[in-house]
Amino acid sequence: MTTSLELTGLTALPAQTWGAIRLVPLVRDEPIADLRLDARLYGDGPAAVALDRRTAYYAYVPHGFVATWTADGTPAAAYGTRLRHGDERRGDERRDGPPPCVPLRFHRRMARREDRGRLRFLPLHLALEGYLALHFGGPAVVWEEWSHRAVSQGLSPRVEQAYTGAEVAGLGDALRVFEIHPGQCGVLLYAADALAAAFVVPHPDDYRALHPSLLHDLYGELVYHYATLHGPVPDFRARIADGAVSTLAGLRAEAARQRAEWADFHTTALAGGLLEGDYEVQRVYRMGPFALSRFLPPFHRRTEQHIGETINHDDGRLAYLKTFRLSEHQVRRGHLLTRLAAADWNLEAAAALLGVTPAQLALRVEAAGFGALLRQDVLDHYRAEARRGR
Amino acid sequence: METLADLVAAEDVLLFVNAAITSTGQREFHSDAGEQRMSLDFLHSYMLGNYRELYAATLALNVNDHNAALIVRRLLETAKEATPEQRTAEGRLIARRLAALPPPRVYRLFRGLRRAGVNNRRTRAIVRDWLAARPDPAFDAVKYRGAVKSAARHAHLRLDGELGPFLFEPVGRRSEGFSAPLLEAWRRAHYERSAVYDLPYTVAEGFAAKHGIDRAVFLERIAPRLTRLERLRLQGAARAAGADSVRADLATMPLTRLATYVLSLPLGERVARRAELTAALRAAARRAAGARAGSWGRVAAVLDDSFSSFGSTRKRRRPLAVALGCHFLLEALAEEFTPLWLSGGRDPLLRYPYGATPLGERILDALEHRPDRLLIVSDGWDNAPPGLAGEVLRVWRTRLDPGHRTGAVHLNPVYDAEGFDVRRLAPGVPTAGVRDAEDLPTLVEFARFAEGRTGLAELRAHLDARVRHFLDRPGPDEPPPEGP
Repeated sequence: MTTSLELTGLTALPAQTWGAIRLVPLVRDEPIADLRLDARLYGDGPAAVALDRRTAYYAYVPHGFVATWTADGTPAAAYGTRLRHGDERRGDERRDGPPPCVPLRFHRRMARREDRGRLRFLPLHLALEGYLALHFGGPAVVWEEWSHRAVSQGLSPRVEQAYTGAEVAGLGDALRVFEIHPGQCGVLLYAADALAAAFVVPHPDDYRALHPSLLHDLYGELVYHYATLHGPVPDFRARIADGAVSTLAGLRAEAARQRAEWADFHTTALAGGLLEGDYEVQRVYRMGPFALSRFLPPFHRRTEQHIGETINHDDGRLAYLKTFRLSEHQVRRGHLLTRLAAADWNLEAAAALLGVTPAQLALRVEAAGFGALLRQDVLDHYRAEARRGR
Repeated sequence: METLADLVAAEDVLLFVNAAITSTGQREFHSDAGEQRMSLDFLHSYMLGNYRELYAATLALNVNDHNAALIVRRLLETAKEATPEQRTAEGRLIARRLAALPPPRVYRLFRGLRRAGVNNRRTRAIVRDWLAARPDPAFDAVKYRGAVKSAARHAHLRLDGELGPFLFEPVGRRSEGFSAPLLEAWRRAHYERSAVYDLPYTVAEGFAAKHGIDRAVFLERIAPRLTRLERLRLQGAARAAGADSVRADLATMPLTRLATYVLSLPLGERVARRAELTAALRAAARRAAGARAGSWGRVAAVLDDSFSSFGSTRKRRRPLAVALGCHFLLEALAEEFTPLWLSGGRDPLLRYPYGATPLGERILDALEHRPDRLLIVSDGWDNAPPGLAGEVLRVWRTRLDPGHRTGAVHLNPVYDAEGFDVRRLAPGVPTAGVRDAEDLPTLVEFARFAEGRTGLAELRAHLDARVRHFLDRPGPDEPPPEGP
């Protein structure tokens, strides 16, 4: 199922800039109250999930969050965003027990940070590998060229490069001086006016709890380079034409128009690359009125491409969104994998689809870092063929 | 006829005054301590190099203590470059200002001068006269022992009476007591517990630790010796430790200090003590307003309680405290007062830094009340949307109120290190830096220079008047005789 992304129920307010970073706040008129961040993630922070015992609500756990999920109290990282029943007594154990997670062994220093019980993302490499592995299951048809490991384990493990927010120049300061709006439920993060990440949560309290965690989040190399190399981005300053105003009420109307124009401009121009894309959406599961999906971009090369996860309400409101902008390298690899998947992982068919010989395709697969997926003898055979051809 | 150079000079002076009022070289919300210091240092060097006389004259304005000390230090460092007349004028200003500064800051300045190797005759005379004018040399010698010692050494002073032996004799060698009670208490406090309570708090605290005195007992017994600010600072901790006699008298606190204290309390406590806190704030505001109370007509104020009014961990909630102080002061000054907080809240006591800065819309709300005066207290980071406040003020000034029926002033409590000034909202509306809410009436008066309609000559006249007033105020000190 392919579809575009919509920020239903959210309004973009004027951006706040700091250096090359532009942060666009998204506010909801009415928060979504029956989907909340898992209470265990609030740690010792403000106890925000204070709901009537009788109301049913659902909880979500963003991908890569570290908390004490397991019974023995060791820290672990959530693998993939989860939906669960907020009330422990409801729902079945299998689905609502601890979410599938990756156990973590921390060094002494990290373990101490753990003690503070604060929100944080998973160590960088694990999170991104997990992310892409979630999206690509590996060969679905066992053609003989694929190695045993590729078939049994999919594309995991693989290495992707990304930067933590702390390494992105100016991001820490930009997040620190950002003034969170009342009712704010999300943010779009731009580095040098390239959309780096979109982040939406159902409730303002969740957003306030998660706002600093954007610094521990991952960003692609493009974001890192843009933030480092680009100078400060200009503010979109309000402008009121002199002639248009003769009364105070007129002045007020002009001011209101500025705000509306900005929201419109933002959705169409600034966030266009994210919102107008054609996404391959895979519904993971649903719970009550909420459905969790993961989406993949069409992997068009040399354009803005995002992967991410969403939770949608039945009435179309967007409850949760988290995206990661792929670098050009990652887009190329994604392109290769989608082509392979489109040809049912048949090397020859895929090569025909791309207009190259199977040998060239095999070498391309290897150059893209997927050499281990092909059986060694098959790869050697194609290498020899390429040498002979040369 | 004003020349271009005059206009530039007037602008530079105003810029410097704004910086010297607001910046304390500490971390702010948008810039760190290093940036603030570097930016401020540049302004000081620039002013000293170009307008030495005006630079010295700013000592008479309400520049903050940090900058006053910096100005004094730079003037003394470069005494060689000044003409004899300049030196005479500077000497009087420096002496007057040092007398008004808190002693720890003056001692820090003296130490700085010593470290920098500034030891001209003028410096020595100033140190000597300042120390001679101190009301209780024995008290200073005990409380600021190291500093007094270093200053005396640096200025080649001959200390009379027991002070010399007290400061310079090794402690263990002395067998007979001092005749001055405070010095004697200090000597005995080394081995006798009860003598500790005759000493100033900061000194006693060290001895208490040495003798292992229980904190609650110590606070209970030292309470009569605490200064006003020590009392304010310690009362929470003292109550937690079980020493109930440490009570600050809110009725005598200055307005901004009181506002900072109120904002440091949790919201629940502010509600519980509402009557007491409001009464104290109102009383402080009335004291600050003095004879001007009720004379300002209809006043509307836009007060910033956005997240950036938190300031920094070094200046916790300072911008918000200034806004809160202004709220109560304006209430006392105005006949009819309309406060408009950015968050939309109405209860001044329950404000906390949160949310964005929609200055433009609030200014529109304020203008709708058709006030005689409009005051904006904000750090000037207008971001929802950026620049709307400036546009609203500009259009309103040019199209809706060209006759200046409403006087608008923007007061900014935060120095913008990058712009070498406080952030402005619009060219047609004067912006002045503010450190303490109490200074508001003087600053509003001074702000007219920032509007660009008054030139250097008028500014000089104003400064001269302020300097004369500053020097002629009766004080305990006499101007020191000048070096050649």
